[in-house]
Amino acid sequence: MASSGKSAAVKAPEPPAELVRESLVLNNRSLGWITNAIAGVCEKPMPMWWWPAFIVSVGGMLTMFSLIAYLVSTGVGVWGLNHPAAWAWDITNFVFWIGIGHAGTLISAVLFLLRQKWRTSVNRAAEAMTIFAVACAGIFPVFHTGRVWFALLPGYLIPAPNANAIWPQFRSPLLWDVFAVSTYGTVSLLFWYVGLIPDLATLRDRSKGVMRRFFYGLFSLGWTGSNRHWSNYEKAYLLLAGLSTPLVLSVHSIVSFDFAVSVVPGWHTTIFPPYFVAGAIFSGFGMVLTLLIPLRSLFKLEDIVTLRHVDLMCKVLLATGSIVGYAYGMEFFIAWYGGSPYELYAFKNRAFGPYWWSYWAMISCNVISPHFFWFKKLRTSVVFVWIVSIFVNIGMWFERFVIIVTSLHRDYLPSSWGYFTPSWVDIMTFAGSFGLFMTLFLLFIRFLPVIAISEVKGVTPQADPHHPLGGAKGHH
Amino acid sequence: MNSNRSKPHGLLAEFHTAADIFEAAMRCRDAGFTQWDVYTPFPIHGMDEAMGLRKSPVGWFTFCGGFTGFFTGMTMIWYMNKFDYPLVVGGKPLFTPLYAFPVSYEMTILLSAFGTLFGMFFLNQLPKFYNPLFKNERFKKSTDDRFFLCIEATDPKFGTDVTRTFLTEKCHAAVVELVED
Repeated sequence: MASSGKSAAVKAPEPPAELVRESLVLNNRSLGWITNAIAGVCEKPMPMWWWPAFIVSVGGMLTMFSLIAYLVSTGVGVWGLNHPAAWAWDITNFVFWIGIGHAGTLISAVLFLLRQKWRTSVNRAAEAMTIFAVACAGIFPVFHTGRVWFALLPGYLIPAPNANAIWPQFRSPLLWDVFAVSTYGTVSLLFWYVGLIPDLATLRDRSKGVMRRFFYGLFSLGWTGSNRHWSNYEKAYLLLAGLSTPLVLSVHSIVSFDFAVSVVPGWHTTIFPPYFVAGAIFSGFGMVLTLLIPLRSLFKLEDIVTLRHVDLMCKVLLATGSIVGYAYGMEFFIAWYGGSPYELYAFKNRAFGPYWWSYWAMISCNVISPHFFWFKKLRTSVVFVWIVSIFVNIGMWFERFVIIVTSLHRDYLPSSWGYFTPSWVDIMTFAGSFGLFMTLFLLFIRFLPVIAISEVKGVTPQADPHHPLGGAKGHH
Repeated sequence: MNSNRSKPHGLLAEFHTAADIFEAAMRCRDAGFTQWDVYTPFPIHGMDEAMGLRKSPVGWFTFCGGFTGFFTGMTMIWYMNKFDYPLVVGGKPLFTPLYAFPVSYEMTILLSAFGTLFGMFFLNQLPKFYNPLFKNERFKKSTDDRFFLCIEATDPKFGTDVTRTFLTEKCHAAVVELVED
């Protein structure tokens, strides 16, 4: 920077107003205010709406479990699966839920590595969403096997020999998927827990009740906030972020291998791994916005999860939504350019065949809706963003349905074509999985800090020992 | 609690701002204390240097975990699908690192993550449910908005009165004595 070089006592020049970054926590809140605001959410009794929401969610969850019991005791036929569509809503729901999880890891790991400090306000809830979404996702592939005890017995999924001494078959992407998803669930849980330890210690130190003090004390492991601990902790956190980043990219790539490694027209394409990952992040950010927009206003956390956060997440939706739109176009182009009549037919059939309605539902939700977010006015209108986020969720469910069902229902042999229709059990099991997801999320709000307290404090000016608000005397 | 039988644990100094504790940490480092620590509600940027800490060795645990994971994955698949019960499926080779890669990759990440987590717990000696610091009511603010510095009695340079004077006069902090029983 050019210096005037006249006076020795020049003050550091103030940056021009447009370059000053908006602070991450609005209204210059103190460290104590942040603790009270966030810890207060799970310390005070839950507001009135919580109980009806919880009861409805538990009802949904129990419906799902009962229907799973019905499926296990009767057979997978209760799901409306039959040749040629032996995968339909089950795998659609699996990919849908696992994709939602990806935004949580993207926020917690990738944005951490990129030093995007705004992530601190949203990462806790997004990571919780990841874990609960993975829990919902896991149910469908396990139970679509029908006689689950065979799938879970040695020789199929677990790396142990079956009764005939035959081992699982590692050449199959389905087994890669087992390892990818279980690693993803485990590492996400570890990462989430590591982030929670300092905040659990905060809750332990504030808790009045015996039960709360015992459980928060137990799970905070005797954390003191020692800097010798922070030093190892921060390194571990950085490493876990560095591990989660290739993990999250690999999980949806491997999920896409379930399809891409086969020879089914419409599945056998090399664009699948990046296309699936972009779609997963797109759907996940949709779900993060669906959850956080009500949460921030219901619990008066607007100073911590600010409009800037909503604005930035909408930009991620715009970017990943554009990638998804590009992938849809590219699939069509390659189907034509590749010269395979089966491939070309599969794509024409998607858009104009018997499932045309699902294809156009997907296009209108995923290709059109993110492009509203070119405009800042729309990105910062929370009601509008919330409505669009719902459309993104719907669109991404349809994307998986389109990929799976339209490819399977008509492949090489017209004599084995068919039309899949979901049964009521399909529909209610999927609806019930939202019950499980919301039950877990509501319990999370009830018992754990919804925002990472120590991380939000760490990005305030009060945390910086060289900032006037951090107590620095103006002697430099 | 009988103070005659109680053995001193150390002196606990309380600070109100990040800058104050940062300066106090540098003074403690320069005074040559070794058995001391600062307690803050969030990690303070630059505090490791202010305290003169070495770089955290957690990465070695991560590396060992990852190394184990990758080789376990590869060896497991080779043993199961080529060595113990070779079975041709779809005309594919009995073993190649290519098809074994996705699973080995996931195992690398899984065991690296476990190595990182348990390495961090090991280095920090967690869980540790008893700590003399927890007996001090003020210390509860260390997870809220206050900053503490504790010089332990086991430090060779520790002397209750000298150290107290150091903390109150050089570091301008409110000081209390901690005891173990």
